[in-house]
Amino acid sequence: MTTTTIAGHPVDVNDEGFLTDPQQWSEDLAPELARLAGLSLTEDHWRLIRFLREDHAARGETPTLRRVATATGTPVKELFALFPGKPAKKMAYVSGLPKPKGCV
Amino acid sequence: MTAVDTAPLVPSFDAPEGSGRKLAIICSKGNLDMAYPGLILANAAVGEGVETHLFFTFWGFDIITKATMADLKFSFVGNTAMHPPGHSGLGVHHMLGALPGATTAATMLMKKQLADLDVPEVPEFLDLLVGSGAHLWACRMSADMNHLTADDLHEGVEGIISAGDFIELTEGAQLLFI
Repeated sequence: MTTTTIAGHPVDVNDEGFLTDPQQWSEDLAPELARLAGLSLTEDHWRLIRFLREDHAARGETPTLRRVATATGTPVKELFALFPGKPAKKMAYVSGLPKPKGCV
Repeated sequence: MTAVDTAPLVPSFDAPEGSGRKLAIICSKGNLDMAYPGLILANAAVGEGVETHLFFTFWGFDIITKATMADLKFSFVGNTAMHPPGHSGLGVHHMLGALPGATTAATMLMKKQLADLDVPEVPEFLDLLVGSGAHLWACRMSADMNHLTADDLHEGVEGIISAGDFIELTEGAQLLFI
C-alpha cells in the first residue's frame, strides 16, 4: 500500500492509484481527483458521484456502469459523455471507491 | 510496508483510442448461452475505451433480428454444457435434454440467473452497447439467406455489410470468433 497526497490530504491508494479506504474521501477531494482523471466537475457529475457513494455505502460494492445508468435514470451515452473513455473507472476513482467488480 | 509519495499516484486513464486498440467480435451462434459471451465482452471492451465492432453472422444473426432476439434459447441438445445453469455437479443425460419442455425449462433457468445478476435481456443489452458506442454490423449473406432487411433488425445495427467490408473496417483489430 502507498500513501499519496491529494488536495493536501494524505490518502492510501492501491498500486493503480485507487483509494483503498472510502472513509478517507471527502467532497473537497473530488475536484482534484477529477482533475487528475482529466475531468472538470459539473452538477451532473456530482449527482452521479453522490449516487456512487450512497450505493457503495449501502451495498458494499461499487456499482457497475449499467447499475449507475438504471438506478439514476441516466442514459449510458451521457455517462460516456461525462466520464469519457473509461466511465466506470473514472466515476469510481473520483468517488474514492474501488473499481467495480461486476461484468455488466 | 507503507511508502510515502509526494506526487500523486494516478491510475492510467489514457483512453486506448490513442493506442488504436480495436476489438472485432464475430457472433456466429444464436443460442442464449452463445449470445451473451460476445455481448458481455463487447460491453467490457467499450467500457475500457476500446473501439468495438460486432459482426452478426449465420445463427448469430438471431441476436439482432427483432423477431428472435428476445426469444433465444438455451438447450442441452448438442451443447457442451451438460448440466443445468448453476448446477455444475448435476449431469443431464443428453436424451433427457431432448424431451419436450427441457429447452424451455433450461432457458427459463438461465434467464432467471442472468436477471438475478442484473444482466439485461438481449434487446436491452444491444441498446446498452449502442449507447456505449459499440458498433453493430449485420452480415449481408445472412440477411439474404433469411430474406431480412434493415427494418427487421435492431435499430442500433449500423449496416448490413459483407464479410469483406467487416474485415476492411476492423483492420488492425484484435479478433474474437464466437
